[in-house]
Amino acid sequence: MQFPILSALIFTPIVAGIILLFLPAENRVWIRRIALVAATLILLMSFVLYFTYDVSRGGYQFLEEAKWLPQFGIHYKLGIDGISLPLVLLSGLVIFSGVLVSWNVEDRPREFFSFLMFLGASVLGVFCALDLFLLFFFFELAVFPKYLMIVVWGYPKTREYGGMKLTLYLFIGSVIALVGTLAIYFGSGLRTFDLLALEQAGFPAEFQRLWFPFVFLGFAILGGIFPFHSWAPDGHVAAPTAISMLLAGVEMKVGAFAALRVGIQLLPEGAQYWAAAILLLATINVVYGAFIAMVQTDFKYVIGFSSVSHMGLVLIGFATLNRDGLLGAGMQMFSHGVMTALFFAIVGMVYDRAHTREIGALGGLVQKMPWAAVGFIIGGLVSMGMPGFSGFVSEIPVFMGAWQVAPLVAIVAILGILITAAYIFLVVRRVFFGEIPPALDQSVTDISRKDKLVIGMLALVMILLGWFPSLLTRLIEPGVQSILALIGGGR
Amino acid sequence: MSSAFTPEMWRSIFPEIGLLILAIVLLVFDLIWLKQPQMRARWLGWMTSIGIVLIMGISAGISMPQGQGSVEWGGMLRFDAAGFVFRMIFMSAAALTALFASQFEALKKRGEFYALLLISTLGMNLMASAADLILLFLAIETTSLPLYVMAGFLTRDDRSVEAGIKYFLFGAITSAVMLYGFSLIYGLTGTTQIYELRSAFQAGNLPVGLAELVIVLVLVGFGFKISAAPFHFWAPDVYSGAPTPVAGFLSTASKAAGFAVLLRVLQIAFAGQGSLWTVLIAVLATASMLIGNYLALAQRSIKRLLAYSSIAHAGYILIGVAADSELGTLSVIYYLIAYLVTNLAAFGIVNLIESRVGSDEISALAGLNRRSAGLGLAMLAALLSLGGIPPFAGFFAKLLVFAAAVERGLIWLVLVGVFNAVVGLYYYLNVLKVIYLHPPVEEKEVFPPTPAWRIALWVCLAGILLIGFWFAPWYSLAQAATSAIWIY
Repeated sequence: MQFPILSALIFTPIVAGIILLFLPAENRVWIRRIALVAATLILLMSFVLYFTYDVSRGGYQFLEEAKWLPQFGIHYKLGIDGISLPLVLLSGLVIFSGVLVSWNVEDRPREFFSFLMFLGASVLGVFCALDLFLLFFFFELAVFPKYLMIVVWGYPKTREYGGMKLTLYLFIGSVIALVGTLAIYFGSGLRTFDLLALEQAGFPAEFQRLWFPFVFLGFAILGGIFPFHSWAPDGHVAAPTAISMLLAGVEMKVGAFAALRVGIQLLPEGAQYWAAAILLLATINVVYGAFIAMVQTDFKYVIGFSSVSHMGLVLIGFATLNRDGLLGAGMQMFSHGVMTALFFAIVGMVYDRAHTREIGALGGLVQKMPWAAVGFIIGGLVSMGMPGFSGFVSEIPVFMGAWQVAPLVAIVAILGILITAAYIFLVVRRVFFGEIPPALDQSVTDISRKDKLVIGMLALVMILLGWFPSLLTRLIEPGVQSILALIGGGR
Repeated sequence: MSSAFTPEMWRSIFPEIGLLILAIVLLVFDLIWLKQPQMRARWLGWMTSIGIVLIMGISAGISMPQGQGSVEWGGMLRFDAAGFVFRMIFMSAAALTALFASQFEALKKRGEFYALLLISTLGMNLMASAADLILLFLAIETTSLPLYVMAGFLTRDDRSVEAGIKYFLFGAITSAVMLYGFSLIYGLTGTTQIYELRSAFQAGNLPVGLAELVIVLVLVGFGFKISAAPFHFWAPDVYSGAPTPVAGFLSTASKAAGFAVLLRVLQIAFAGQGSLWTVLIAVLATASMLIGNYLALAQRSIKRLLAYSSIAHAGYILIGVAADSELGTLSVIYYLIAYLVTNLAAFGIVNLIESRVGSDEISALAGLNRRSAGLGLAMLAALLSLGGIPPFAGFFAKLLVFAAAVERGLIWLVLVGVFNAVVGLYYYLNVLKVIYLHPPVEEKEVFPPTPAWRIALWVCLAGILLIGFWFAPWYSLAQAATSAIWIY
């Protein structure tokens, strides 16, 4: 029998989280070690998956199946395809970085790392699930780690508000998606939650049009779709650094991914019917997010709104329903995940040292923390789609895809990227260059080696991907092809 | 009907005989240890609990009904899987409550408390298996009278006395209305046997308006037992005034007994008359969810919060009843099992905190995570299970209830349900926030609970987790009970 690597991937953080809860709270050394070991294992396993996935065969691989509740059509079924594999890799990278940047958490590190592990298990589970119920189970598993981590370890001024807002928004989204999910379950007449079987169910067009908005919007709320995006900046800003990284870097992709897998793949005709509406909302995401980011005075809010803007590109890619757009969306999910994790990591490092995130109160930090400055500039270049960085190779296909269905959308979205360039330059100039305020000159020190490792690793990934996009496109391409086959089959 | 006793008849009431004997034994020991309160405090709870577990074990061995079930005792009692599963639910709740009660100063030395608990459980057992309206009424009274006394057990505490009297008055009025409904049923059909009523109603010799009236009258009584709005007014005061273990018992076992009766009467006597009562139940469900959840938002006392939340949960469970389908019945039973362990755990923890901090305000929970990380986690599991978050029991229970309604096309009811679930999550998370974020009332505080309390909590927690992701055994139980109710 094949080694159940996907189960190992999902259960590593769960087991680590449970072990952590049983350790004595004072044992900080072992708490951090166990978290790091688990995160390293996850990262290694995701690399193993990356290198052993058979591209020539395509489709779902590393399949695992076990009975869970067969009377109700629930199975424990795992498998990954070219769309989910990059996201698994992304989760591995961000969880690992998240553990490193939280190395010095003072307050109750046991609970912190334990909940972090549960959150990691939740996202990995969603990406690997091939059973609708299992997907939903893991999706909802994230609720309490998210809430508690923001509320307990977050930014004291806004954590209670931001945490509750984020949790309730996402819970509303997920219960709406639940209603749609149940409708799909009963509507198929198959009495199964098996995604592969449901893909072939051939729902009537009426049914698809009625239920598509439920599942797509329900999940896309977690992807930050306009006008349900406002949880994102507030939640990200209120969260502690590692959780901001995971939320913006991975959780938002969980939303987008679930919207793709359940919404578009199961109800392709519904997707075609509603594509124009999604395109419109997503375009608003891009432009509106960028404009709002521009006028923020809080460093972290800039990044929070930039996430809203960039997730818009992912959703545009989905809504094009063509090869280029979907390919770009797949790339953008990975690229934005790494980029925003890097951004939030650096914002966290700056805040920990300067104790302020007001852009006006910062300045000249390149002298004190050159690594952070360089990392932020690389992230910025990715974000504005500069050639040679991963942003370019993921945004261009999205625009190409959009051009084929609605040129105006492509033009407006490209304008959004121009605004992105403007606010990124603005932030870089004000925070990292210019005069350093005297107060900061005294207090700010350089970042630790672990922080540098995080910045180096994430930046390297983005540059590599910029030069060799085929590292990921070779995976995403077959994934996109099978989605296109479903859309074609729906006609 | 022959008058000779058959072994089947004795098998069908074995658990009740056992409970009665156990109650008498307890009273005897209460007398033996008259002068030794510490012996009573130490052993009575254990004796009750172990006794019930023994009865449950033996019942599972010898009085497990076979096949579709049969009618025993001259048409009085239905001996089937539904009755069996519900009996197990009630007796588990009673066993856990007896253990939790050992943490409560004023209860643990009182043999009569445990005896009342057992008699009330006996009544519930009969409620779940009654096949005749006469026995049903007697069973409901046998259940309720000990519960009135238990709610008002702390005779020196005004709030407890008030709880007892309030509960009694509400119970008496609703019982009277329900009995009037029963008498109308008898007058209209000439029978009180639930299984015969079905054919009488289906013959269609009953005017629709009258049938509707009868159903409304009967629902008043059942609505009171399950604390559904608008028959919920007693719940907050009784839950907060009654001794905490009693409140836990009321909110789980007593509610489950109400649902057992509701399912059997509606789906057997009124089977095929679904159009008459599904809308009514859906309205009750909506009202209960809205009133329970929105009033819970404003509560400062954790017991009152749990009381309103229990009204809301009655609403969620009623969604499963309103679905009027096999999946609906199954979801109701699954939900009751999940709710049993969850709410008993929550009330158990509140009981302990109350006995240490001396307050049932939500603020008494502040910093629980720092004071005792394990208790913090236990409360987390209970609250999230109430909120319907995986991997805890409440998640799959809620999903099943909603699934049942989606299956029947009751989309509006599901939407009401899911939005209420969001409101519910809000106040559960607020309590969780107090536990994890707020500074503790006192910096370091140790909680030395009794071993009995500890074991009961562990059982509840294991239940919350197991029901939350190991669905198969509980689903099969619920399925067995469902197929015994859905025989037509």
